[in-house]
Amino acid sequence: MKVLLLSFLLAITPVWAADVFAPKLDIGKGGQCVEEPQWMRKNHMKVLMHQRDETVHQGIRDSKYSLKNCIECHASTKDNSVIGRADSFCEGCHRFEAVKIDCFECHSSKRRPALVQGESK
Amino acid sequence: MSDTDVRRRQFLKTSVGAAAVAIAPGMLLFDMAHGKTEAVSSKVRWGMLIDTANCADGCNDCVQACNKENGLSGGLSPTDSQWIRKVELNDMRSGRTLALPMMCQHCAEPPCVDVCPTAASFKRADGIVLVDKHLCIGCRYCMMACPYKARSFVHEPLHDQKPDVPRGKGTVESCTMCVHRVDKGQQPACAEACPNKSILFGNLNDPDSEISRKIRTVASTQIRADLGLNTGIRYQGI
Repeated sequence: MKVLLLSFLLAITPVWAADVFAPKLDIGKGGQCVEEPQWMRKNHMKVLMHQRDETVHQGIRDSKYSLKNCIECHASTKDNSVIGRADSFCEGCHRFEAVKIDCFECHSSKRRPALVQGESK
Repeated sequence: MSDTDVRRRQFLKTSVGAAAVAIAPGMLLFDMAHGKTEAVSSKVRWGMLIDTANCADGCNDCVQACNKENGLSGGLSPTDSQWIRKVELNDMRSGRTLALPMMCQHCAEPPCVDVCPTAASFKRADGIVLVDKHLCIGCRYCMMACPYKARSFVHEPLHDQKPDVPRGKGTVESCTMCVHRVDKGQQPACAEACPNKSILFGNLNDPDSEISRKIRTVASTQIRADLGLNTGIRYQGI
């Protein structure tokens, strides 16, 4: 009986920990990400930085790793934004990790309105 | 070598092969699924020819189009950004008046790039002079160096910027020749908005482009040509 109880506790512990401590995010539209979610959690900043230099200096506007592409899927369906609330996609995690995001002092945090999207893609 | 070792090697070989096959189609799919992946090249030099005779006195359409496209406030106070201005010239002796739009002249030898201490101010391979705001520290040396007073400093925090035109407090900015539109194959907003079609945008390096043909046939001037900056914006009729 003891063994059974112990194995049961071991099995539910990770789930329980994730539920309590991890930030609960509004992932917006979500869907298939450009990379594995776990890889993205760790490396999204490197990918964005690389893309940013290529876009600004060389005019390479590949949409795969662009900030606009992130926002397109992950802006909340409630307020079209990735920041501003405790469960916003970017801000939720960044608050939890106490890492300041500078991106949105200059960049728009909002999903483009559907009307504009067609012409700018 | 023992039998186990041989079998082990064989297993490693096949598993590495399987991994390579699994990665390759993913890479190919990624390359094909997304748009413009080519870097801009110096085979192109973007420029404009502005016909001042057609530029109507009192018309402000290019300025308004610029403000709208780039999300500028349109205010005229010393702390408001102005990427393009309508300038009116008055010859006191003859009484001749002239109106023309003035903006970043996208020099081939830009003084703003020379003075920038962080290499934030740079010239793209296709001749467009830009500020990399990720690197800009807001020292404003470039604003001092520019003979055309083309650059503005953002003094206040901004909100609701355009997704294609990021702008922020503490950085210098100027006309980008609507680089986000040019990269999509469109014209700059001012050229598109001009009701008299007096702003001609095109590739100065292509001898067959409309702008090159026109520059060959009509007299055009670079403003402050004496500085030898080889500007990308040329004026006709001044």
